[in-house]
Amino acid sequence: MRKRKLGLLSASLGNLLFLYLPIGVLVFFSFNDSKLSAVWQGFSLRWYRALLSDESLLTAVQNSLVVGVVSTCIATILGVSAAVCMERLSLTRQRIIEGAMVFPLVIPEIMMGVALMLLFVMVKWPLGLMTITIGHAAMNLPLVMVILRARLRKLDPQLEEAARDLGATAWQAFRRVTLPLLMPAVVGAVLMAFTVSLDDFIVAFFTTGPGSTTLPLKVYSMVKSGVSPEINSLSAILVLVSMGLIGVSLMIQRRPVTQTPTERFPHTGGT
Amino acid sequence: MGLFFFLPLVLVFIISFLTRGTYGGFEWTWSLANYGTLLDPLYLWIYGRSFVLATATTAVCLVLGYPLAYYISRAPSRWQPIWLVLVMIPFWTNFLVRTYAWIFILRTEGLMNTLLSELGLISEPIEILYTNIAVLIGLVYGYLPFMVLPLYAAIERLDPLLVDAAADLYAPGWSRFWRVILPLTKPGVIAGCLLVFIPSVGAFITPDLLGGAKTMMVGNLIQHEYLVVRDWPFGSAVSFVLMAIVLLGAMTYFKVDKRGLQRL
Repeated sequence: MRKRKLGLLSASLGNLLFLYLPIGVLVFFSFNDSKLSAVWQGFSLRWYRALLSDESLLTAVQNSLVVGVVSTCIATILGVSAAVCMERLSLTRQRIIEGAMVFPLVIPEIMMGVALMLLFVMVKWPLGLMTITIGHAAMNLPLVMVILRARLRKLDPQLEEAARDLGATAWQAFRRVTLPLLMPAVVGAVLMAFTVSLDDFIVAFFTTGPGSTTLPLKVYSMVKSGVSPEINSLSAILVLVSMGLIGVSLMIQRRPVTQTPTERFPHTGGT
Repeated sequence: MGLFFFLPLVLVFIISFLTRGTYGGFEWTWSLANYGTLLDPLYLWIYGRSFVLATATTAVCLVLGYPLAYYISRAPSRWQPIWLVLVMIPFWTNFLVRTYAWIFILRTEGLMNTLLSELGLISEPIEILYTNIAVLIGLVYGYLPFMVLPLYAAIERLDPLLVDAAADLYAPGWSRFWRVILPLTKPGVIAGCLLVFIPSVGAFITPDLLGGAKTMMVGNLIQHEYLVVRDWPFGSAVSFVLMAIVLLGAMTYFKVDKRGLQRL
């Protein structure tokens, strides 16, 4: 029994090593002073400095952030309202929509990319940051809805009914009771959508136009033109940023899923 | 969502039956020629390669992921979330970055060859980058977490007493695994396999960066037809067939495991 446990542990550690070694190697060599990047020649931050003075890279970061924020806003607003409105539908209809929601999550991303590109070209919408933003919103919408639906299913519908009984209008009941209870899911969905948008390469690749480069598109063109220490340091920064984002989203989701209304009211009562 | 998701897909479907225009784009002449062209051995090979690579990726992920998932689900409950987060972190790192890491390691003047020749183990660099092996490594690396998470969910629900019972009945280790553990965790195995297979078969970045001209997969063919050759109708036919394959797979999954929908 002990021998088997040891075997399992070493297999697991081997897995983790496989998952982390390539990233670790990248981060390590991003501090390398050499242009021939696979040989260690001393510590240096010169590649990070080179990144900061790369105009086109900074523009790409800015584009990515704008696309990320706008597409997340669109996907969240539409997704939250759609998920809440679904509650009013009959159960069979809810089932059908839920089935349809999974569809975009299972087909290959490249299909989404080409399909959106065809649509934009057909309606003669010039490809650019705008089309990437719409593409990301379309990609994230089902994701937001899935997260919201999962939370809604755990909510007690009686809470909203109680609010209505106490004389709240439908909007007040939603604003003061349902929405606060949904907040953890909304925040989770926002973080998820934002991360997906910042990370996405494929949809952006197909729906981009001349001159509109997002960060992943920039990384792709850098990687395509060959290995360079600058990509290593850019990668290191990206790794750190995504770790930070996971950290934040974990902390938010760590909060208990089922909060009693009395715990919630002190916060919402004042607004 | 209907507008920006289903409409475009319908568009792909319709265009796949049209003919290519003289300057790219398409003309409204209906034909099945695009699907006929797909039967050309050249394209069948590409589908075949994607299928084989995706299957191999799935198999390798299963073999690597099962012990890890098993270990995590039997670890003290305090440690389980930590292990899971450790599995997730690389997954949330940008896919391009993770793929680039393998270029850095595998290329001719890359880390692996430099180290091995410093150690005197090889006299000539091993050429791995731009082969099917490199694509396989990249795909396994990219999608391993997709295998581990559903496996973990399934093994976690398995009652350890059942395994103990099998042991009490003198079942040797292997037979305990084959006849008790594996059948009981089958939904997790199927979910994991599909979650790895679907993105692998439609992969574009990995074969594009780690593969060469000889390792084209369906994803590359789609990109090539749309953006390089600009033969949209044929590109649409290629993508539609890919989508049909993937959807068939997904439907089998949801048939086998009805609760899969809820767990997504």
